[in-house]
Amino acid sequence: MNTKITQRIEKLREKGLRAVNRISAERALLITQFYRTAEPYRVSVPVARAMAFDYILSHKKIYIDDGELIVGERGPEPKAVPTYPEVSLHSLEDLRILNTRPKVSFRVDEDTFAAYRDVIIPFWKGRSNRERIMGLMDEDWLRSYEAGIFTEFQEQRAPGHTVGGSKIFNRGMLDLIEDIHRVQLKLDLYEDYLAFEKNEELKAMEIAARALIHFANRHADLLEELSKQEEDLQRKSELKELAQISRRVPAFAPSTFHEALQHYWYIHLGVITEVNPWDSFNPGRLDQHLFPFWQKDRNEGRLSDEKACELLEAFWIKFNNHPAPPKVGVTAQESNTYTDFALINVGGVKVDGSDAVNPLSYLILDVVEEMRILQPSSMVQISRKNPDQLLHRAFQIIQTGFGQPSLFNTDAIIAELVRQGKSIEDARNGGASGCVEAGAFGTEAYWLTGYLNLPKILEITLNNGFDPRTKVQLGPNTGTAESFENYNQLLNAFQTQLNHFIQIKIKGNNIIEKLFAHYLPVPFLSLIIDDCIENGMDYNAGGARYNTSYIQGVGIGSLTDSLTAIKYHVFDKKTLSMNNLIKVLENDFEDDLSLRHLLVYQTPKYGNDDDYADIEAQRVFEMFFEAVDGRPTARGGKFRINLLPTTSHIYFGSVIGALPDGRRAGQPLSEGISPVQGADHHGPTAVIRSCAKLDHLRTGGTLLNQKFTPSFFKNHEAIQKLTALVRTYFRLDGHHIQFNVVNAEILRDAQREPEKYRDLIVRVAGYSDYFNDLTPELQEEIIRRTEHETM
Amino acid sequence: MKALIFDIRRFCVNDGPGIRTTVFFKGCPLRCLWCHNPESQLNKPEPFLRMDKLEGKFFEHEEQIGYEIDLDELLEILFRDRAFMEESGGGVTLSGGEPLWQWKFSAALAQKLSESGIHVAVDTCGYVQLRVFEAILPYTHLFLYDLKGYDNHRHKENTGASNSLILENLEYLIHQRANIILRYPVIPGYTDSEDDVRGILSIMKRNSDILREIHLLPYHKLGQNKYRGLQASNPMPENIPDADESVGHIESIFKSNHFIVKIGG
Repeated sequence: MNTKITQRIEKLREKGLRAVNRISAERALLITQFYRTAEPYRVSVPVARAMAFDYILSHKKIYIDDGELIVGERGPEPKAVPTYPEVSLHSLEDLRILNTRPKVSFRVDEDTFAAYRDVIIPFWKGRSNRERIMGLMDEDWLRSYEAGIFTEFQEQRAPGHTVGGSKIFNRGMLDLIEDIHRVQLKLDLYEDYLAFEKNEELKAMEIAARALIHFANRHADLLEELSKQEEDLQRKSELKELAQISRRVPAFAPSTFHEALQHYWYIHLGVITEVNPWDSFNPGRLDQHLFPFWQKDRNEGRLSDEKACELLEAFWIKFNNHPAPPKVGVTAQESNTYTDFALINVGGVKVDGSDAVNPLSYLILDVVEEMRILQPSSMVQISRKNPDQLLHRAFQIIQTGFGQPSLFNTDAIIAELVRQGKSIEDARNGGASGCVEAGAFGTEAYWLTGYLNLPKILEITLNNGFDPRTKVQLGPNTGTAESFENYNQLLNAFQTQLNHFIQIKIKGNNIIEKLFAHYLPVPFLSLIIDDCIENGMDYNAGGARYNTSYIQGVGIGSLTDSLTAIKYHVFDKKTLSMNNLIKVLENDFEDDLSLRHLLVYQTPKYGNDDDYADIEAQRVFEMFFEAVDGRPTARGGKFRINLLPTTSHIYFGSVIGALPDGRRAGQPLSEGISPVQGADHHGPTAVIRSCAKLDHLRTGGTLLNQKFTPSFFKNHEAIQKLTALVRTYFRLDGHHIQFNVVNAEILRDAQREPEKYRDLIVRVAGYSDYFNDLTPELQEEIIRRTEHETM
Repeated sequence: MKALIFDIRRFCVNDGPGIRTTVFFKGCPLRCLWCHNPESQLNKPEPFLRMDKLEGKFFEHEEQIGYEIDLDELLEILFRDRAFMEESGGGVTLSGGEPLWQWKFSAALAQKLSESGIHVAVDTCGYVQLRVFEAILPYTHLFLYDLKGYDNHRHKENTGASNSLILENLEYLIHQRANIILRYPVIPGYTDSEDDVRGILSIMKRNSDILREIHLLPYHKLGQNKYRGLQASNPMPENIPDADESVGHIESIFKSNHFIVKIGG
């Protein structure tokens, strides 16, 4: 189907694209006002948090734009981003950096600076959760963190990492309050030692639910007001209708397509106003959730395809107008983007395991193609039961070159979730969110806790536990590089170091999880993720049905190639002594480019279906898996691994010297499970075979990036071959693959004349971003990949 | 049993249906002036000077082009992409050089592949004895059959050999109702005369129940680097005109006669 974007949508889209990202002090001021009163200190922490939520939603500015069909903003206007001082307090210096940094900047005006200086900082200094975390981390943790061995996700943003299930479209806030009352009635106040906590949490949830209803009513009030003043008769009745919708949802479950979208949007705003959760929030399987509404409206003659498209597009614009809350320092480097990682899923299977593709799946893809905006991101779930038509449609959009949608293997996701102990039904209702993370939608709290810099651990191993950059003995003495008599000794030393740093990371995680459970409960999010109500337990305290904490391994390609180079040249072929290699690495190949040539061009590499190299990837994978998988978390869940980098492979590369694979000091690492940039030269089937040697089903997500020039998409026959390529990767249990369709000249040109390419979106790593918003290093990396591929 | 090959390339999407792995045999009976795989001609290993670029500097190192491989070892490599072949309706292409110059090996390979359910295509110049085709035909699902012009005199000048054997073998395959796609390199001034085009067209028209499809392969200068690597001189002059015009002309002729035409194969 081919609709045209309506004028209304085009106007709103343009307006959103033009709007400047800026910091709004509104939320920070409101929460400061609230915590300055005596109220929060008379009640339990969850109740105080819910009251703060209510206070913000009751006092924040209501913004409704001309022509809007879906209403509600997190800030006082589009792209005005609130801050969350109770989670992480920005300093004046942080604000100055945000205001002036060249990429992913946020305008900070004088009033905001003043509010921070006079009100927000004086109150929150010493009270933010970030300060609590940093105060409780031990010396080992702090030094490893400084050295860039791992990052910490929850240091500036709250955990979220979750996706709504069908409940968010089937139940209104009043229904949830009934559920709360039902659980409260069953509370055993005599025998259950947790009854008090449960009751406080349930009270908080009810306050939060009523706060959202009130928030929607404030919109309804303003809409009625606007309707009275409106002179255009059509808009007048539209505003009246919008007001009626906001009177109904989210209090009651939605009954029409339009109500469903508005209902979700209020919930979305609730989640991202309560705290600044990672990955914002996400309607998940949108084609599944909306289908009954769409079908009913159509059957009753209320909804044309054009209208459905327009409403979806209005919904899309809402996401795009809500950039990720700004991060600073290391956390900004690991995920440097305006994207807030809402990832719309289409396709996949139904709860009974049958093909879930429906007409809305295609309609949503039409919207993705027409809108061409950064947010929300989109993906297609491909089960072996889904028709090729869905993949063909996805490729038609992919070939237009803005990096969406990405492609996921439903069957692998289900197997991963079931292995972790989920029921088959909950697994089938799942999908992927954020970058590539598998999750049971509506029932799982799956937190990413930090990236782990795997190649850095090799560097430290080669230096007997010492970090050459920060000049600190970080790990145990496992022997100097020269003392290893064979390759296995090196591997054993590496494993010892790896386990050492994972211990430090997990010890830190266990403290941080408890801090969020105690100090930053999220009663609103808890309302909508099962079984928090049933358990009377907060989402941040382990209330969800499934609780998972991930450590994300980064740089497996760089690590594999480095280990392989040592195995090949030092131990097997003896072309190079360890002593010599270490010296050359210390000098960053300065006087020895020919040795670098040997390491880059004449050494087996991961990504070429060469077992000699690939077996090292498998070994490292097993070590990482063994060290993490199945260990208990502080909220009663399990630790798991996945392999994705977002943009941390750039930051992690910047803290590592030269590596034995020929990578020079400071250069980016390989990303996801992709081969080192340019190291694969046997084509995509060899890459796929290498990547499939890792056991994806024992992870919670892997990321494979493959770039193709448009020539690979030239006709139906070519697209069928790509379809077969993807089908085969998925048959080999591959989790995810994304295609970047670009050529190097275009990107070079975009670097020279960025103003001409403001709409150029490329796939970065599990998400898409505006090319102009990428750092120069990231731009270079994408260009290098492109050149390699076009050769 | 061993063969001399110089490359195995995976994810070939232009040498037959689906995703294919192509084996390049080393050694060719013809010496086409425009050959863009000059390293494929000689039927023995030879040195090749490779240039890698690193940090703006060039690094030269000598490599050997061509190596012996035994049948089982080759099959193991070809089977690696089996899942891709199955999903895409692809298979293995025997190319070169001339795969049928090492026909005993090629036939054994084709037989093994074919018995394993893998689609086999043979990309051949046709300049081998008839019994070679008799041997490989039962295991070959598709012939990519090169015709480098119709005019025999020009053919001798261009390739060093007469085309009468080539045309006889083609007649045999047609008679046996083999699956055939013709491949016609369009080299401006060498193979694209009116006589050449009309000649090939007449063969196709006479056998239009078998010969449905022709691929036009436009001349390109990719071979230049390879001649340098072999430290040999390129027999083709620099100033060959762009093939696009000629290709377009020939394409329209075959299309107007209701044949399937693809450019680049």
